[in-house]
Amino acid sequence: MTAAIATSGLVKTFGATRALDGLDLTVNAGEVHGFLGPNGAGKSTTIRILLGILRADAGSVTVLGGDPWADAVALHRRIAYVPGDVELWPNLTGGEAIDLLGSLRGGLNRRRRDELIERFDLDPSKKGRTYSKGNRQKVAIVAALASDAELLLLDEPTAGLDPLMEVVFQEVIREVKAAGRTVLLSSHILAQVEKLADRISIIRQGRIVQSGTLAEMRHLTRTTVEADTATPVTGLDRLPGVHDAEVSGTRVRFAVDGAHLDGAIKHLTAFGIRALTSHPPTLEELMLRHYGDDLAAGNGTAAARR
Amino acid sequence: MTATATPALGRTAGPAAGNALAGTGRLVRFALRRDRVRIPVWLAALTLGSVWPAAAFPELYPTEAARRTAMATMNSPAGLAFTGPQRYLSDYHYGSMVSHQLLGFVVVFVGIMSVLLVTRHTRAEEETGRAELVRAAPVGRHAQLAAALILAVAVNAALAILLALGMGALGLEGTTWQGSLLYGAAHAATGVTFAGVAAVTVQLTAHSRGASGMGFAVVGAAYLVRAAGDSADSALSWASPIGWAQQTFPYLDDRWWPLLLNLAAAAVLAAAGFALSLRRDLGAGLRAARRGRPAASRLLATPLGFALRLHRGMLIGFAVGALLLGASYGPFLGDIEEMFRDIQVLQDALAALGGATVIDSFIAMVTTIFTLVATVHVVITALRPRSEETAGRAEPVLATGLSRTRWLASHLAVALAGGPVMLLLSGLALAATGAPTVAETGLFGKAVAAAAVHIPALWVTAGLAVALVGWLPRATVLAWLFVGYVGVTGYLGMLLRLPSWATALSPFSHVPRLPVEDFTWTPLLALTAIAAALIALGLYGFRRRDLETK
Ligand SMILES: Nc1ncnc2c1ncn2[C@@H]1O[C@H](COP(=O)(O)OP(=O)(O)OP(=O)(O)O)[C@@H](O)[C@H]1O
Ligand SMILES: [Mg+2]
Repeated sequence: MTAAIATSGLVKTFGATRALDGLDLTVNAGEVHGFLGPNGAGKSTTIRILLGILRADAGSVTVLGGDPWADAVALHRRIAYVPGDVELWPNLTGGEAIDLLGSLRGGLNRRRRDELIERFDLDPSKKGRTYSKGNRQKVAIVAALASDAELLLLDEPTAGLDPLMEVVFQEVIREVKAAGRTVLLSSHILAQVEKLADRISIIRQGRIVQSGTLAEMRHLTRTTVEADTATPVTGLDRLPGVHDAEVSGTRVRFAVDGAHLDGAIKHLTAFGIRALTSHPPTLEELMLRHYGDDLAAGNGTAAARR
Repeated sequence: MTATATPALGRTAGPAAGNALAGTGRLVRFALRRDRVRIPVWLAALTLGSVWPAAAFPELYPTEAARRTAMATMNSPAGLAFTGPQRYLSDYHYGSMVSHQLLGFVVVFVGIMSVLLVTRHTRAEEETGRAELVRAAPVGRHAQLAAALILAVAVNAALAILLALGMGALGLEGTTWQGSLLYGAAHAATGVTFAGVAAVTVQLTAHSRGASGMGFAVVGAAYLVRAAGDSADSALSWASPIGWAQQTFPYLDDRWWPLLLNLAAAAVLAAAGFALSLRRDLGAGLRAARRGRPAASRLLATPLGFALRLHRGMLIGFAVGALLLGASYGPFLGDIEEMFRDIQVLQDALAALGGATVIDSFIAMVTTIFTLVATVHVVITALRPRSEETAGRAEPVLATGLSRTRWLASHLAVALAGGPVMLLLSGLALAATGAPTVAETGLFGKAVAAAAVHIPALWVTAGLAVALVGWLPRATVLAWLFVGYVGVTGYLGMLLRLPSWATALSPFSHVPRLPVEDFTWTPLLALTAIAAALIALGLYGFRRRDLETK
């Protein structure tokens, strides 16, 4: 698999602020890559460097095999971008803005444009500022998705979309992926990334703290197990990898490291399982471990951190 | 318990006006802080722009005879159109000369400053959405406009004091402290009137550019009305706020009361502004925005077409203004010819200057004014990419297949072509309205040639602006200082002979003043080369810097 995006040791400073601090990000061609991080982590800065809008201070970047700073224009014909903060021209309608951006990129697919306007329920004849926030966002999304760009850089594209529109967005991204195009999707909306992304990178304070498929990440983390057994469970505390066990009568609840799940379940069967539910770690939990230093500090899960 | 609640209740249920103005004081302090560089720069530029040329008067007109000649030249419809009422000529000492020649001109810049100040703190804040944040705080509905107006009054008052001190300190023959105070106050009162104008224009349109544009148009119209009134020594001068300021006759009659007209107009306009603001929503204009085309035309979808679309309003506005400006001077041509035919002395003087006719020197003079207007257009247009950038609208465009160079170059192309078009339109309008009044043939050729030679200097201006966008994007305001410098040296150079070191930095000072002077290629080629170099530099700089993002 070739990499659509590869950065290594990327550094970007704004005066005293170190926005990117040795960022290594790899996005494979044809995948939807979730780019997660809290506010100010450096997501937008990274995307702008990938677009050649900002220039990195150090490190290397390759986008679609080219250098985004030097080959900006050639690359931009193959890239579509949705900025995090969509600003439209006050005297241009949404339809005009879509066409303008499309044709500047080097042409847009008219049929697809009209179809997307329809699907996103967008009124293309309103002028810039008269759009609501979500509708401004839709203008940028339609402009990006109506292109035949190989790589889509989407900076929090659905911030401001209503849930129905978010469903439409997810459908469209799946179509894009089926067509073999690559998507970098930044977000703090975890559920959305979870549904769409093949792989995820988590950025924090300008560094990628973790990267991989959701399954890989889950492996590194804990599953929460709740069970109702015939007889009260004993001896859980002695099992390796089990944490926070709570037993009240025949009900038991504990968290177990991915690697020790098998052993824990085997232990339970001895007590006669009547009901069993388990929750894979949510992305929130994944992120909390990277952001909540104090949370992570107490329990020995250093393996997940770098 | 109830006792503690009552005063609070009393306050919230207090008079509506008090509520509507809640937070004004804090907003004024905030605005002062935001403009802590801008305001001193304006004040310094305006004070210097007025006091520095005044200081040169004794050197320029050292003798009684020199002043008499000056008086004779000014005593023509054209001379009066450029300066002020004829009454100043009745006793032409340094004091009245300063009021006559400088007041009406400097006040235009004071008006521009006031319009910009008010727009910046009202409509521009609404347009960016920041006003919403402020209004969500306990800030009354009229507080923002009130704060902007208070700021404008304070800045103008400071200007009055600076001018009074400056002129007083110069102590020119014929000036008094009394007169200097009035001289400063006349500037300030007019500035306050134009702040009132802006209080209204910011209510009308949803765009700050449109609001300040309308404000400038009123300033320009006020200047033209007084020019027409003064040249014919008619009561028309009284229809202009600038006319009122000049009717105070500082150093001559020291008459204060016309300034009451300025202040009254300001009060009425401000009241209208507050009233209109109640008839619209925050962020909206008076009229609801109309719908537009659901798809882009083929033209819009090209970089140049896109740039043209963004500049369309300005292009149309300036073209109309340029035509009106040219047309307003044309009718004087006949008068001038007639008047000077009778004054042998002047004819001789002009002959000594190289055989120029009065009409020729008039054409050269007004072309300088046309050039100023075109320069303003060039700078507005050439700096537009910068405001697109800071508004966050350049980013998505530059993330497409459009290169930075082409994007910047398309805006630049509009500037390079638009300025000359404005200039030529004024020239043509001058010739068209002047031709029927004079016997002279070839008026069109002369007017057009006089305008056309200034084109390379306009290009230098565009080049300078673009170089700033490329290399010093945060200092693009320097382009406006340059316009101020070009304006002051150009305008004053028309009336008095400035030392060449003072004007050397203005590209316009190197242009042959057709039809009075002979045409030469050298300066034009040199200016074109400088423009090309600046443009190349600007495009290069823009390609290698970070785009500023929101
Ligand atoms: N032009 C700039 N000047 C100074 N600092 C900047 C600039 N742009 C970004 N930063 C800083 O760089 C850091 C990363 O910002 P960035 O916009 O990339 O974050 P983000 O991950 O996109 O955050 P969010 O989720 O809030 O959009 C922040 O600390 C921000 O303050
Ligand atoms: Mg961001």
